[in-house]
Amino acid sequence: MKHNTRNVYLIPYVLWIVLFVVAPILLILYYSFFDIEGQWTIANYKKFFTPIYLKMTFSSFWYAFLITVFSLLIAYPTAYLLTKTKHKQLWLLLIILPTWVNLLLKVYAFLGIFGTYGLANAVLEALGVGTKQILFTDFSFVFVSVYIFIPFMVLPIFNALEELNPSLVDAARDLGASAWTTFRRVVFPLTIDGVKAGCQAVFIPALSLFMITRLIAGNRVITLGTAIEEHFLVTQDWGMGATIAVFLIIAMAIVVIITGNRK
Amino acid sequence: MSKDVIIRFEHVTKQYDGLVVLDDVSFEIERGKFYTLLGPSGCGKTTILRLIAGFIEPTKGTIYFNGKNINHVPANKRQVNTVFQDYALFPHLNVFENVAFGLRVKKMKYADIQEKVAEALRFVNLEGYEHREIREMSGGQRQRVAIARAIVNEPEVLLLDEPLSALDLKLRTEMQYELRELQRRLGITFIFVTHDQEEALAMSDQIFVLHKGKIQQSGTPKDIYDEPVNRFVADFIGESNILPGTMIADFLVEFAGKRFECVDQGFYPNEPVEVVIRPEDLEITTRDQGKLQVRVDSQLFRGVHYELCCYDQHGNEWLVHSTKKAEVGEEIGLYFEPEAIHVMRVSEAQEVSDGEGSDET
Ligand SMILES: Nc1ncnc2c1ncn2[C@@H]1O[C@H](COP(=O)(O)OP(=O)(O)OP(=O)(O)O)[C@@H](O)[C@H]1O
Ligand SMILES: [Mg+2]
Repeated sequence: MKHNTRNVYLIPYVLWIVLFVVAPILLILYYSFFDIEGQWTIANYKKFFTPIYLKMTFSSFWYAFLITVFSLLIAYPTAYLLTKTKHKQLWLLLIILPTWVNLLLKVYAFLGIFGTYGLANAVLEALGVGTKQILFTDFSFVFVSVYIFIPFMVLPIFNALEELNPSLVDAARDLGASAWTTFRRVVFPLTIDGVKAGCQAVFIPALSLFMITRLIAGNRVITLGTAIEEHFLVTQDWGMGATIAVFLIIAMAIVVIITGNRK
Repeated sequence: MSKDVIIRFEHVTKQYDGLVVLDDVSFEIERGKFYTLLGPSGCGKTTILRLIAGFIEPTKGTIYFNGKNINHVPANKRQVNTVFQDYALFPHLNVFENVAFGLRVKKMKYADIQEKVAEALRFVNLEGYEHREIREMSGGQRQRVAIARAIVNEPEVLLLDEPLSALDLKLRTEMQYELRELQRRLGITFIFVTHDQEEALAMSDQIFVLHKGKIQQSGTPKDIYDEPVNRFVADFIGESNILPGTMIADFLVEFAGKRFECVDQGFYPNEPVEVVIRPEDLEITTRDQGKLQVRVDSQLFRGVHYELCCYDQHGNEWLVHSTKKAEVGEEIGLYFEPEAIHVMRVSEAQEVSDGEGSDET
């Protein structure tokens, strides 16, 4: 009896999952087997394994990797400093605050800053470097993406560091470990779950970025995300778009499994 | 033989945001002895250990180690190891790697590490537990891993922050013997923290009694038990009857409305004092044979002895430990030797002597 009542509470959740998660994925899978004329085919899958799409997949992974690595390199020290400051909750809030601002607004702000007559070029000019093409480069794309994703990396790492028992650090020092050894052998291994969670939260969305890519990188960077967008909105080849999406979903699942062996 | 001082605190004060946790503490630790810091919760025991280990620096004053000022020497450069109050074992490493941590940091050869770890684990009766994870160990076993992890480094000084508090009575007594034995065998200095006075009395060469960030008294267990300098120490170390009294002259003290012969001297005539008599120094006799007459108010059987709570006609409470039984409500006599009376200056209760005050013996 008790078991049944509990299942009743699960109904809304299950409905939600089925309608908005399972059904769309099945739909994508279904569409991936049709060509542009609406004929059943597996040609889309064959096409995916041609050099163009493989290169696109590779560059998606490469950029997602870069974005994750830079986010981690910046976020870990930030989170660490944050745990040592007095008003850590306030500082944390300030770091999270930008995530409440609409993504498009932030990206447009960077268009202004990185533009030919923007702040960045004004600074370069003043330093005597001269005006540079900053927008529509790999650099600006990675930079803006890292900026966008950093809060998602800081938060789980901050939480992991907060949970770390400070006397473990004392114990390592007591046993003769230098600050660096303490970090390498105690602090980092014990906050690895936070790092994994942060990497997941950054790598997976970074894999399918398309809006930042379009606006900041222009046509310089072509990733799976931009390819899907193009197939659905421009060439109307839904079948191919869906096929790429299937591979993207598989890739994400693999990433989750690799980084996901948390207790 | 001159004293071989390894650690010296000179007027050390520690404050946290203006809150004084240690108040102008001075003392000396001699090499190769077993010291105990004894005091109630929050009195600053752990703080002293943290200062010695180097996790915190004194707000004022100086700490010397082998004659050198070590105020600013970081923890990893000190010849000191700690057994932490909460064990602080590394949860991501197994027992072997926890114990091996310090040796690995020193880049010792693996074969030597194996040998030393095995030896340390043997000492704490944890042979064969090398490959256990920490979360698979019981509280008492964890404490023993923590002890092994510290002693394996052969420090000059070992700091132990209530290392036996999680053990059951039997294992605890056993470990007390073994720790004491280990200390003698290794010849290293132990600084042991406890709030259990019996443990302190049983194990130490020297005890520091702490209260509110000050050392109330330091001395051998016998000194501290027999000659508490103030009310706090008398109360904290064992149970005692503490009464107001007057020192009439040398070897003569008045309390509970009567005069008694005693062994104390050197007080001003008619100086107000506090008198301490330990419950086990009181003997039950008949009303007429007793030096004091009291009425038994309650009686508890404590295993080895009966604990009687009695009142005299002035309303003073008397705690008596006796192997003899009495009847509740009965009038009995209490007999005690002159040596059982310990006289304390009242002023010492407020103005306590610190480290230097221990040379009265
Ligand atoms: N980091 C800190 N910040 C502020 N106050 C502290 C800090 N560490 C300790 N204290 C205070 O210092 C006092 C002494 O603490 P300490 O840990 O030395 O006590 P203790 O004698 O070891 O007690 P226990 O027997 O409970 O372990 C306590 O009142 C405690 O609240
Ligand atoms: Mg403590």
